[in-house]
Amino acid sequence: MKHLTSVNRKAARMERAVTADPDVVALQRPGGGPQGPHIPLGCSFVFSPGWEADSSGGTAGLCQPVERDLFDCHSGCFWPAQVPDQLNHAPNWTSKCANAQKDWRKIDLVFP
Amino acid sequence: MSQVEAREHHRFQAGGADFVYLVPSAAVFQLDEPSRAVLDLLAGGARALDSILESLAGRFRPSEVHDALVELRGVRAIGETGVPFPKAAKQLPAPNFPLSTMVLNLTNQCNLACTYCYEYGEDKIVDTQYGAKSKFMNEETARESVEFLIKESGRSAHLTFFGGETLMNFPVLRSTIAYARRRAAEENKEIDFSLTTNATLLKPEIIEFLAENRVGVTVSIDGPKEMQDQFRVFHNGKGSYEVVAPKVKELLKRHTSRPIGARVTLTSRTLDIRKIFRHLREEIGFWEVGFAPVTTAPGRGYAIGEDGFDRMLEQFRGLAFEYRDFALEHRHHGFSNVRDTIEELHKGMSKSHPCGAGLGLMGVSTDGDVSLCHRFAGSEDHKFGTVKTGVDRLVQIGFLEKHHVDDKTDCNRCWARPVCAGGCYHEAHTRFGDTNHPVLHYCDWIRGWTHTCLEIYGELAVKNPAYLRQFDGEEQHEASHVS
Repeated sequence: MKHLTSVNRKAARMERAVTADPDVVALQRPGGGPQGPHIPLGCSFVFSPGWEADSSGGTAGLCQPVERDLFDCHSGCFWPAQVPDQLNHAPNWTSKCANAQKDWRKIDLVFP
Repeated sequence: MSQVEAREHHRFQAGGADFVYLVPSAAVFQLDEPSRAVLDLLAGGARALDSILESLAGRFRPSEVHDALVELRGVRAIGETGVPFPKAAKQLPAPNFPLSTMVLNLTNQCNLACTYCYEYGEDKIVDTQYGAKSKFMNEETARESVEFLIKESGRSAHLTFFGGETLMNFPVLRSTIAYARRRAAEENKEIDFSLTTNATLLKPEIIEFLAENRVGVTVSIDGPKEMQDQFRVFHNGKGSYEVVAPKVKELLKRHTSRPIGARVTLTSRTLDIRKIFRHLREEIGFWEVGFAPVTTAPGRGYAIGEDGFDRMLEQFRGLAFEYRDFALEHRHHGFSNVRDTIEELHKGMSKSHPCGAGLGLMGVSTDGDVSLCHRFAGSEDHKFGTVKTGVDRLVQIGFLEKHHVDDKTDCNRCWARPVCAGGCYHEAHTRFGDTNHPVLHYCDWIRGWTHTCLEIYGELAVKNPAYLRQFDGEEQHEASHVS
């Protein structure tokens, strides 16, 4: 943290909790910041805030941007999304799409 | 995040820096300029984010304000309006919470007749003169108590002897220490001993025994002669200072294996803390001196009234700042009240209950009844069981459940509750007839004192953080403060 300096032991523990990288990150992190690639383990396996609520506790920011949601839902989780599921049906669905913003046209329809 | 507001906290300044004490987490953070400015703005009420950024635009870059907001939100110093504070569920300590300190009332008799005494004076709970309780604990009960402690404790246990006047039952004290040492060794547990005494019965062989056995000693004493002799008198009314002073000096000379502390009871008539401290620390030579206002029903002549608390706080503050000056130079001062509070602040203790009574600490009466603490020893209404039959867990849990700070509505808006948690059960019982009643007559004093200690803590954190390392270890056990 830059603006707050922990002084007592409880504060140090809070700082560790606040700044620690969560093992499963949500779709959006509070404060934005650079985000590395991540693949959720699947929303039915873990409690993963961001799938249920956005960073302000509401639902308006869910599944934004759509490209991000597309990969997350395809790669690890299939429940709410209208995308093929990589684990069982369409392992190569996005193989020609390295960058969704540019290559999204290369993603084709899949029929079960 | 549309509108944000400040969550519960308490601000203070120390050593040229700004701090925030968060409630209920008890975390202490130092603030920088942007984070301070944000909290200053929010002190006026909830604000929209845009309005915060706009108000501070002239002073800081928007990204700085944004980051400060994110950090403050992360530690829950601020939060969205309308979103309730994520309240932790009311937690009770684990059912197998170990007993760390047992206070053994070796006798309920005393050779002094201090008029303010909670055990014999006007506010006593148990009739120690004509009541059914034994006047002295016998060896068998003491041994059963040791077995109880060994069984209920974790790896280490503290056994504290108390009275009445503890040394009126020295034979049982001596044999109990030997027995407890042997049993602890057999069970592979650590045990240590302490006692509280009025020092009138100290003599060379007793001092020798205490020193050899590394028994921690707390002496109840009220200061120089004119103060000590106001209340701490023999049954014939004669003051005890002349008897006590030379014996204490003898004790301090010979018993150097443990630091020896004085414990002072403050009354409306003996309210000169600096003078008492000087005398006990410098002239007599105690390692440390702790003060507590007399526990009394309202209206007693010696009770400390409203203005007395203000005077007491002012004097406590003066002495506490002296402690700070010593600590800045790594010197030992000896005002134990400030030391104890600073230790709690450093650890960030946020208490569910005001003290360990009925949890890690229990009192045992002369005939082996286990009670909430030594101040309730022998009281049928505050009995948890006996050393023979053990603690009735339902009674114990019922007590802890009922006395949880979350249920004390008077406390739930107070920023000092992580440290205070409602205050002493015995104080509440004496004042309001109910152990569960917050000690409301103390609130301003407790907040004032906690604020003072926060200031000292903050200044030490800025100027001499190495001093605070000593509080990084394990908890100080409560046995050394039994009074």
